[in-house]
Amino acid sequence: MKTDQLVSALVADRAVTRSPLHRVLVFGTFAGILVSLAMFAIEFGLRVDLASAVATWRFDVKLALVALAIAAAFAACLSMARPLPSQRWKPFVFVAVAAAATAVAVELLALPRHEWTMRLVGANALVCLTAIPLFALAPLFALLFVLRRAAPWSPPRAGAAAGALAWAVASAIYAFHCFDDSPLFVLVWYPMAAIPVVATGYIVGSRLLRW
Amino acid sequence: MSNLEDLAALMRAARHGDDEAYRRLLVRVAAWLRGIARRGLAAAGRPRDDSEDVVQETLLAMHLKRDTWDESQPIEPWLRAIARHKLVDHLRRRGFTDHVDIEVYADVLQAPATGEEGGTLDAARLLATLTARQRDIVSGISLEGRTAREVAVRLGMSEGAVRVALHRALKALSVVYRGDQNED
Repeated sequence: MKTDQLVSALVADRAVTRSPLHRVLVFGTFAGILVSLAMFAIEFGLRVDLASAVATWRFDVKLALVALAIAAAFAACLSMARPLPSQRWKPFVFVAVAAAATAVAVELLALPRHEWTMRLVGANALVCLTAIPLFALAPLFALLFVLRRAAPWSPPRAGAAAGALAWAVASAIYAFHCFDDSPLFVLVWYPMAAIPVVATGYIVGSRLLRW
Repeated sequence: MSNLEDLAALMRAARHGDDEAYRRLLVRVAAWLRGIARRGLAAAGRPRDDSEDVVQETLLAMHLKRDTWDESQPIEPWLRAIARHKLVDHLRRRGFTDHVDIEVYADVLQAPATGEEGGTLDAARLLATLTARQRDIVSGISLEGRTAREVAVRLGMSEGAVRVALHRALKALSVVYRGDQNED
């Protein structure tokens, strides 16, 4: 085929209008969240003491940390979706990590030493390790699906970033079920739950996101 | 002369519906890619015969992935990144694993390499991989030079349906470019 002939076909195709990448990512995330929320409603449900929990700093900090994780993972996802390597997501991750470190420091100061282990182990570690990957499943595959439209400079890393974003939104949902609010619990078990999700994204992404 | 800014302006105009701007952009990018592909293949000790395949595959990728260019960023690095990705991919499929430094070849965007502009994958072979309907549409538009509307009238379809089918066909072709070369 002559290149000029190909050009004609490409020009004719141009008329199909498409939405920008960040909107597609938001769409994919929300599509996945709907499924996860259904799971949440059927199998888990809100914690009974939600009203009083909102008034505690630990719960609010937990939500704030999860929100920062979502922002950082979204930025990473967007950076990874493009053909040109970009570092623009790193400051977001830095802010999230700094906030997490601060929360741990405050908690260690606030709690008497003998309570540290108890708060860290909590009551819901196993539920946390099951529920978060479960809630992450639908967002992960929705994100990988929409990312096929992207042109990631590194498909496995784009998959891992999709995994991180799916994990972050899953954590946000789970945060409304779990009553272990201590930063010590949150920063040990939530990241642990990220491992299978990010790994799945990495592996599936390396196949699915090639272009 | 601010050639690069030109390309960005052409892409922006294309995004706002200017077909002629998009055609000019594609032709210029193709000429630039031709230089990169030939020098890249030569440096890798590969025959230059298939350089036009690399050009077309890259052009198709750039087209299908064009919304990954962020308008707030310069367009040239984005183009180079896609070209690098495709050239490396092309060489890797042929067992060439060394680092390919595209910066060496991608110095001048305005230096057009002229010469033969046909890929080794001939049109008939490419089109044979499409469905009958897709084939009619692609050959009507690209080989016979008709507009989408003319093809629509001839096939008794709506213009929108023709464009949707064309888009699917181009996605399928991009897989063929990759897949075909896997077997080499």
